[in-house]
Amino acid sequence: MSESIAHHDEHRDDEGSKLGIWLFIFTELLFFGGLFITYAVYRHGNTQAFHLAAEQLDVTIGTINTVILLISSMTIAMATTAIQKKDKRTTLVLIGITLLLALVFLVNKYFEWSAKIDHGIWPGSPLLEELGRGDTLFFGLYYFMTGLHALHIIIGMVLIAVILVRVRKDIITSDNFQLLENGGLYWHLVDLIWIFLFPLFYLIT
Amino acid sequence: MSDTTQHIVPYRTYGLILLLLLVLTMVSVAVTQIELTRWATIVALLIASTKSAFVLAIFMHLKFDHTIYRVMVIFIILVMAAVILLTFFDYGFR
Repeated sequence: MSESIAHHDEHRDDEGSKLGIWLFIFTELLFFGGLFITYAVYRHGNTQAFHLAAEQLDVTIGTINTVILLISSMTIAMATTAIQKKDKRTTLVLIGITLLLALVFLVNKYFEWSAKIDHGIWPGSPLLEELGRGDTLFFGLYYFMTGLHALHIIIGMVLIAVILVRVRKDIITSDNFQLLENGGLYWHLVDLIWIFLFPLFYLIT
Repeated sequence: MSDTTQHIVPYRTYGLILLLLLVLTMVSVAVTQIELTRWATIVALLIASTKSAFVLAIFMHLKFDHTIYRVMVIFIILVMAAVILLTFFDYGFR
């Protein structure tokens, strides 16, 4: 355990800052929750089309991306432990691995989307119009929800990059690491959303 | 106050949770690949919920943090459950 907070003259409220990120996480959960309900309702009304459309998604690439996100969640969580132990080097390595994994996730997403687009499936494509309402809804939701999730990954990468620089410059230290913890909380949210996106789009057919 | 913020979670705990999450992922892939139709959906969602519970409790430190965070998370989950239930009452009985 570290000694009590070093600078008493500094205006800082770690608990308040953590509460803030949690409140933000709740708005995000309700946001994606609404989208999941939309998905469930449309699935309920277009069972057969959703079944056939979901079978076209690549389970392997989905599973690989799930594993990547789970590992990255662990590394950013471990980074908090490392900074608390005053181990700056390990902290930097763990944050670096998290960033790298996030990038690999996006590269996989790029290949996944490219393959779909090559097959003539993109929002508003002539093929989807031919296939009908169910397929249009499924792939519309697929592109919107995984795209929105990917946008969260990109925002997370920017946030984690800022944290990486601040750890390097000793702005984030063993007695001032709330930003690292908050960044971790946001990253776990991104992981949480994927935990539900993965079975709903890739697994359940 | 600094007691809770200074709680250090060992690397081992995170490693074990990751292992558990990976096993659960493989189970959910396996279960849905063998086509148990309706049950596969329920099992996959139950596994996803279990995985989220571990992420929330350990990775997001709910287990070690102030009770207030746990109360808020449970409240949000209940709000979502209520909205989902109401939506399905609506669509289910049309």
